[in-house]
Amino acid sequence: MRFMLLFSRQGKLRLQKWYVPLGDQEKRRLGRELVQTILGRKAKMCSFLEWRDLKVVYKRYASLYFCCAIEEQDNELITLEVIHRYVELLDKYFGSVCELDIIFNFEKAYFILDEFLLGGEAQETSKKSVLKAIEQADQLQEVRAVYLPRPLIPLISQAF
Amino acid sequence: MSDVVERTLTALPSLLSSDPSPGRPSSTSKLGTLIRGITELTSKHDEEKLIQRELVSIKEQVSSPNTTMRQMKELMVRAVYCEMLGYEASFSYIHAIKLAQQGTALDKRVGYLAVSLFLNESHELLLLLVNTVLKDLQSTNLIEVCMALTVVGQVFPKDMIPAILPMVEEKLNHPKEIIRRKAVLALYKFYLIAPNQVQHIHSKFRKALCDKDPGVMSASLHIYLEMVTEKPESYKDLVVSFVTILKQVVGGKLPIDFNYHSVPAPWLQIQLLRILSLLGKNDRSTSEMMYEVLDESLRRAEMNHNITYGLKALTYVVQQDANLALQHQMTIIECLDHADLIIKRETLELLFRITNGQNVKVIVEKLLEFLRHSKDDYVTIDLGGKVTELAEKYAPDNSWFIRTMNTVFLLVGDQMQPDIPNSFLRLLSEGFESAEEDQQLRLLAVDSYVSLLQEQPARLPQRFLQVISWVLGEYSSVKEGLEPATVLRLLAPLLDLRHCSSETKSWVLAAMTKLSAGPACLSVAQELAERHGGSLDTTLRQRLHELQHLASDGELLRRVLPCSDGLEPLEVDSTLSFLDGFVSEALAAGAAPYKPPHQRQEELAQEKALSVEPYGLSLPLSLSSSSIAGRLSPTVLSMSSGLSGNSTELSPKGGSALRLEGVTRVWGKEGYLAKAALKPEEAAKTEVPCPLSVLQEGGSAPRTPVVSLPAPAPGPSLQAEREKQQLASCLFMGLGSQGAAGPCLMGKAEPTRHGFRKKVKGQGSSSGARGPSGDSASSSPSPLSAQSAMDNLLCSSPLDSGSTPSPADSAPSPADSAPSPADSATSPADPAPHLPHDLPANNRPCDAQEDLTEDTDTSETVVEGNSVAVVDPYDPEPLCLSPHLPEELCGLPRSEIRPLCRDASLVLSACCVRTDHSSLLVVFVSNASDSAARRFALQMTSGDLEVSRVRGGPEEEEEHVEGHSVAVYQYSLVPTRPSVHMELAGRASYQRPDGEPQSTPFSYGLSLPDFIRPLSVSTEEYGRLWLASSNDIKQNLALLSQEPDPLRATLHRLRDRLQLNVVDIIASEGIVACQLLQGPPCLMHCRLNAGCLAVWLRSSLPELPDCLLYHCQRALAQH
Repeated sequence: MRFMLLFSRQGKLRLQKWYVPLGDQEKRRLGRELVQTILGRKAKMCSFLEWRDLKVVYKRYASLYFCCAIEEQDNELITLEVIHRYVELLDKYFGSVCELDIIFNFEKAYFILDEFLLGGEAQETSKKSVLKAIEQADQLQEVRAVYLPRPLIPLISQAF
Repeated sequence: MSDVVERTLTALPSLLSSDPSPGRPSSTSKLGTLIRGITELTSKHDEEKLIQRELVSIKEQVSSPNTTMRQMKELMVRAVYCEMLGYEASFSYIHAIKLAQQGTALDKRVGYLAVSLFLNESHELLLLLVNTVLKDLQSTNLIEVCMALTVVGQVFPKDMIPAILPMVEEKLNHPKEIIRRKAVLALYKFYLIAPNQVQHIHSKFRKALCDKDPGVMSASLHIYLEMVTEKPESYKDLVVSFVTILKQVVGGKLPIDFNYHSVPAPWLQIQLLRILSLLGKNDRSTSEMMYEVLDESLRRAEMNHNITYGLKALTYVVQQDANLALQHQMTIIECLDHADLIIKRETLELLFRITNGQNVKVIVEKLLEFLRHSKDDYVTIDLGGKVTELAEKYAPDNSWFIRTMNTVFLLVGDQMQPDIPNSFLRLLSEGFESAEEDQQLRLLAVDSYVSLLQEQPARLPQRFLQVISWVLGEYSSVKEGLEPATVLRLLAPLLDLRHCSSETKSWVLAAMTKLSAGPACLSVAQELAERHGGSLDTTLRQRLHELQHLASDGELLRRVLPCSDGLEPLEVDSTLSFLDGFVSEALAAGAAPYKPPHQRQEELAQEKALSVEPYGLSLPLSLSSSSIAGRLSPTVLSMSSGLSGNSTELSPKGGSALRLEGVTRVWGKEGYLAKAALKPEEAAKTEVPCPLSVLQEGGSAPRTPVVSLPAPAPGPSLQAEREKQQLASCLFMGLGSQGAAGPCLMGKAEPTRHGFRKKVKGQGSSSGARGPSGDSASSSPSPLSAQSAMDNLLCSSPLDSGSTPSPADSAPSPADSAPSPADSATSPADPAPHLPHDLPANNRPCDAQEDLTEDTDTSETVVEGNSVAVVDPYDPEPLCLSPHLPEELCGLPRSEIRPLCRDASLVLSACCVRTDHSSLLVVFVSNASDSAARRFALQMTSGDLEVSRVRGGPEEEEEHVEGHSVAVYQYSLVPTRPSVHMELAGRASYQRPDGEPQSTPFSYGLSLPDFIRPLSVSTEEYGRLWLASSNDIKQNLALLSQEPDPLRATLHRLRDRLQLNVVDIIASEGIVACQLLQGPPCLMHCRLNAGCLAVWLRSSLPELPDCLLYHCQRALAQH
């Protein structure tokens, strides 16, 4: 994987992880243009793009877009599942995650991502192991994630 | 809020941490305030002001000595947030490192995170992190070790790898699986950025592969995928292990939490399948070992048909069998008009794959149409390459080819891949089978260019102008009645064009010079000279002068620019050796020696940057290899041999016009798909020699089964449908008939057809970049919509729930379309134990691990078949074979005689003998049985070596090995390219006394030192050679420091072990030279430096220094 971006419907970056060494300018430019490209696509359009020299896989969850740029030889479908597994992990950790959780606790989202993917490759795909690792590290911390009031809708049961 | 108050608040950690009230405690934190502040703003400008203020405040606080680590942590989180919004906070980088270094565990975590987000692996500040990482790796706190490994797996300075490598390696044996897993991934990262640093721990990777924890095992697969991609033949022995693991995964033996929506570990499965596909490629026996488990995996994976994405799958599938596309033609046609440009692009990609001689016109037209509207440069370049490739491969006739290429040159313009004009010109100049055709092609080109120049030359792209000039310069004489002076007058105005680059002007003038014969030309030349003689461009003036001179001297012109009838290949001296004299003169006169750009840059950087190891930088490999590639002429690179094909497509020349009649009839109202697929096949069977004619006359030819088309009601919708079907029949024309010839069509050219397809492109065109740039959406910073932000990510879908699946709706949701949902409910509950217990027993590499660390690892022979026993490396040598060594080879240095393979009667052994000018493989065939082995023959092949039999001619090809005797065979080995280890695969075949043929495979491993010879040169010669070589590598080597004279001792060890010649030792420096057998020299400059031997290797062959360095390291490591 080359990089992963999380951004809102307004185009605000919520999380960015770069697995290839790029300069800050380049990252900013690439991120901005890719976000614009994806936001310009209609809801029913394909989740995979070949954009410039990149293969991009994205998916929208509520107000948040998850977007990965992958290597030429990587499989798009399995990347889509990587995204979904990450969302599941966030969901389990925060307890029905929503965009605000990620905004206010973005460092936690990074920690979870680092336990799930390392150096751009899947590190651990077992949900249990990932969360265990996070919890162990969290025990050092006095505060766990700070929770926000939940929407009333029941959650993961409605995964689509 | 005043600064004091602010600090007081943050100094009370309990305020935040112990606040359990639900509310929104986080939004009262400073980050929360910042975030809310931003969302309340309405303009980008306000946001910028706010963040700048924030950054100033952060900056002030981080540099204050009173700031606690805890506050620092909070500040770092805010700095990361600002950076994410696109504002630079580089002042905080150093503090992030400090936080990682000095913070307690919880602050450290944020420090490391900030470092990994702020810095990339080439950032110089990272060097300051090395000590922290070292310290944490040794920590007794598991979490700290984890953090250190996590950061190492993401960003770590390449040059510092040796400092922490032993520690990371050691972690592979850690009792905690999470540590082992992270260590494996850190090593994976090292492998990617510096493969030769981790070469010595390959055996430990095998251990990781056998780890009882599935997470560690799957992490090791990342490394194996890389290594297998690079060198599949070295990992064939692991096929069994991979197959076993896959079997267990598919069989559901992993712990249940590895399941993903009831598919057992899909990521792991895909990884394994990718590795297996690499190992099984072009290897029947290996593939056979996989069939069973592949079948099982497929059976369990429900195929899911997401139409749009299926397109992509289809694109891959048609590479194997183009006929499969036939079944989906109407879908493909639908997708061709799809609103989503991505899907349109994929469709074109698919069409590109199924192109053949009959549908090429329609498909190229579709591609060009897309090209005309494309605004994205990547797409344009990629499609331009594709059209060119198709045109060269399948052009139905010359004029179509020229027309198509003209369009490509016009549309793609100057961003075009440079090899397109190159190969086009090469095609014109080299021609193909018939001289008549060649002339016709040139004539057509000249004709079309003349008319293009007459119209509007100003609008032509530069590259096209260059092509035009060259062609007119070379071939305008082909056209009768076209006076050179006329051409000159057409070309001359190009020099006046404002957008015409100086390069293009040179092309134009070169063309004019070629044509300038006769008085009429002289006057044009003089006119030009007057007009442009005052140009500031010296090249232009030079060319003009040449033109003028040559135009007036016809004799000289013929000698300087002879008419090229037969094209003599030009010899290019890429090493520029003809400049040697000049260089040495300049050096003697005191000029500074030339340094390649990267070296200069590096030295510059060393002056500026923190220099930890002044002599220890190893250059990135890519640099050294690219420098050699850069020297090749582009034409060499773009050249590739044409593929031969065996398609039955025997279309007569010119017979490729669109023929819609006949074919359209295939499309009945009901079920046109299946029948369409069937019909052409049948047609092909009835008349194999010319299936095309059958297709074309389909309607009238009585023997062709025709599916009648019911007269459709002429409604508008039907009309549209019929148009689509017509289009389909054009697009898919020729696929069925090809199918009769064999399933493998793609990329193959028919031998009897037009000869444009001399050249087959590499991946360039198919893997190019593409993708339309979408319309920009509104991105004004609107207040964060509380509602949308509160939406649960997993439960609200962006799509309206009632929507029906359409081709565009391609985002497969995991619940119903996971790639391989082997439903665990349907899989039989297997009582076998879980993977962790099962794995080690099934993995051979575990047992073999010890052997692999030995130098003799490659002597292990993997043999299939039941009549042959695998040679046990510990088996004592059955016969003393050294007396059988040919006399002339006695006394020469040689390797140990090692057994290769054996069966009931024969034992094969071999050794490698080094003579001054060759390396000989001596194979001993001992027949221990009573009867003779008849018709004995040995075959050997290798990817890295050229193998040729030394003694004996073809009459000896089949011979007998008598009972109780030893036959000796000699083979000369020459490396084709240097590599650390080289493998030789062979097969011994003979007839047993009962006439039964017997065949035994074997393999033999050699290493680079077998092919290294000392190079005796004087110190002066060495200096010259040094300057002539590039491809530097620098590295520090261990010194034999316990010896009285460490430098001398170390160099002599290298001399003895690796046959290097120590040219000279002066004080603390030494120079060493060697040579690859029948290859270029490799030079080594050694210097004592801080208890190490700093070596600097150079060679004209990019791989050689790298490989040699590896063996130097080994030679010094062994005692």
